[in-house]
Amino acid sequence: MAFLKKNGLSGVHVPHRKENTEELPAVRMPVPAKVYISMQQHIGAPCKPLVKKGDSVKVGQLIGTSDAFVSAPVHSSVSGTVTDMIEIINVNSARAVCVVIETDGLQTVDESVRPPQVHDAARFIAAIRDSGLVGLGGAGFPTFIKLNPKNIDQVDTLVVNGAECEPYITSDYRTMMDHTDDILEGIELLRKYLTLPHVYIGIEKNKPKAIELMRERTEKIGGIEIVPLDAKYPKGAEKVIAYETTGRMVPEGKLPNDVGLIVSNVTSVAFIAQYLRTGMPLIEKTLTVDGSAVTHPQNVTALIGTTCSDIIDFCGGYRTEPRLLLYGGPMMGSAILSDSYPIIKNNNALLAFAEAGEAQMQETPCIRCGKCIEACPYNLMPAQFEAAYKARDLETLNKLKVSLCMECGCCSYICPARRPLVQTNRLAKALLRAQAKK
Amino acid sequence: MANRLVIKSSPHLKSPMNTQMIMRDVIIALIPAFICSVVIFGLRALLLVSICVASCVVFEYLSRLVMKRDNSISDLSAVVTGILLAFNLPVTFPIWMAVIGSFFAIVVVKQLFGGLGQNFVNPAIAGRVFLLISFATPMTDWLLPQKGEEGVALVAGATPLVHIARGEMEALPSLTDMLLGIRGGCLGETAALALLVGAAYLLWRGVIRPVIPATFLGTVFVLSLLMGQNPLYQLLSGGVILGACFMATDYVTSPSTFKGKLIFAFGCGLITMMIRVYGSYPEGVSFAILFMNILVPHINSLTRTKPFGVLEPKKEG
Repeated sequence: MAFLKKNGLSGVHVPHRKENTEELPAVRMPVPAKVYISMQQHIGAPCKPLVKKGDSVKVGQLIGTSDAFVSAPVHSSVSGTVTDMIEIINVNSARAVCVVIETDGLQTVDESVRPPQVHDAARFIAAIRDSGLVGLGGAGFPTFIKLNPKNIDQVDTLVVNGAECEPYITSDYRTMMDHTDDILEGIELLRKYLTLPHVYIGIEKNKPKAIELMRERTEKIGGIEIVPLDAKYPKGAEKVIAYETTGRMVPEGKLPNDVGLIVSNVTSVAFIAQYLRTGMPLIEKTLTVDGSAVTHPQNVTALIGTTCSDIIDFCGGYRTEPRLLLYGGPMMGSAILSDSYPIIKNNNALLAFAEAGEAQMQETPCIRCGKCIEACPYNLMPAQFEAAYKARDLETLNKLKVSLCMECGCCSYICPARRPLVQTNRLAKALLRAQAKK
Repeated sequence: MANRLVIKSSPHLKSPMNTQMIMRDVIIALIPAFICSVVIFGLRALLLVSICVASCVVFEYLSRLVMKRDNSISDLSAVVTGILLAFNLPVTFPIWMAVIGSFFAIVVVKQLFGGLGQNFVNPAIAGRVFLLISFATPMTDWLLPQKGEEGVALVAGATPLVHIARGEMEALPSLTDMLLGIRGGCLGETAALALLVGAAYLLWRGVIRPVIPATFLGTVFVLSLLMGQNPLYQLLSGGVILGACFMATDYVTSPSTFKGKLIFAFGCGLITMMIRVYGSYPEGVSFAILFMNILVPHINSLTRTKPFGVLEPKKEG
């Protein structure tokens, strides 16, 4: 039955809506009056603040660290004075300490900022840890962990993720167009220290210029293959791009490392080169500011801790009253309840919409059309999850592998009955986790 | 400025396609066959379709009202059921009987089981089978369009399938007439070409996938050859095309996976041909779909998808 095999993984054709910002190289935003630097900038344990109220800090100074393995240090993005330590509720609903710094506008660089001395893999990984780098594609997983698998001898391939499959977002695209050298240098560093003979750069076909440019620039370097991906969301999901570029399937409960892969976002790769050259840790992030309520949509490079309202003001303020404010893209981004939130390391977009849209949309009965099954990149059966979840049928939920769901949202997107399928999957996963703890 | 920001779960984008639009597309796809039915069988076809649609919608409305449930007629599914039920009736069928058929389809088959999405058999098919068993004579009272000097006139006669069953091959209409629908049969099933145009529209809109119609029709074609029948006549007579493209493709009562759909449609084709060739009824499409509808839950549980990463990857080739 080989002829029945699908070509590549499934997904949905979402509108791209990148035209507002794709031709706009990132503009650096001036230093804001205050920054709010959260001690939780990543997946994993939060950092403990190393500064206190009244301390003066400089750019690149370490201000938060943790002993936990899954964590990344936090640095000051400005020079100025710590005026307050407040507790904020993060977008992921966890509470985190937030260091408030009143900036002096001088941006005095800390003495600790100098290019790291790297000669071998161990030093390289330590340097990446010190840089505070987390996955910049959106997940925010500390990068040094990915680069340091137990089975490093079996890891032979680097997958550079330039898919950028979320609508509106063009920040990775601008990295590919404007910082091509950094990406290539980052790839070289990763290959050199981690011994990775094969490199694949996956880019969605809706970015033909980036594909062409990367092809041109990598032609003479051996072992790098540019893989154009169908512009079918979610090609940028880690396991999806791993499969689409290398054909390797990450088994259930495993990581790309386990099948010999390191998957890293293009902007993360570019940052690695920048950091090894300058020693300046991750203190700024380029994000796409767009949406119907934004006056001047553009790509903005902002210091970590800048509030959304400062960024929106930099983009000409709101065109109309916003009803929906998103941290990240419209498919997986989180709606936030105030523009006073600061941006964190893995923010790649800030979207403001005049219409909340489908919030009020009425859900209707499931008509068993099977579109959610067709759309799921992991071949899961969301409609069946829903029935099993409603019946609290944990056995069926386990059997149907709801735990594999990466919450990409394809099922909810496609459902003609407007059912909140991905939300039900989240609840079902939480139910299973709660059950497992008992 | 007052904060009127909305908090909700991702994704914040949704495909524009909803249930009502899908039903509207099905209705649009049935229009060519509907026009043909009026041209071929006269204004009474229009009357029957209108009665079935109106009574289906009214029964849907009333049953939701009695059961104290949200009014659901705006999803247009009752309209689709009404059209399909009418398409499955001979043009001479008494009005009051058509109303009873609509009642059975909407109230008994659909709403008593919980409404749209919950019925385990196709309401229009169940309605037709109910009428066929209850009112066998009016359900097989055929009028044949005959081409005369003054255009097409209707005379009493048998359907092509009855002719085939009796071995009267010389009495069969030409293949061109079969394609255009100028033959005896239920009012909406004869215009093969118009039905195929409608099906093409549904395929283009992404409402249906080719797997069910193609497998159903393919099975009928191959089995006809194997059973010594003329495959083209088997495909063009009775309700095969209407059934394969519009009734067997009903989301609610067909399996959700590709493999399931394949099994389901093969079963529909197989049973259709078994009834036609060996059964006592000349036509078996409705029985075939009805029977396969009942098997859908089992097909579904046997054809669950294999989640990504759960099985070891198989090498290509």
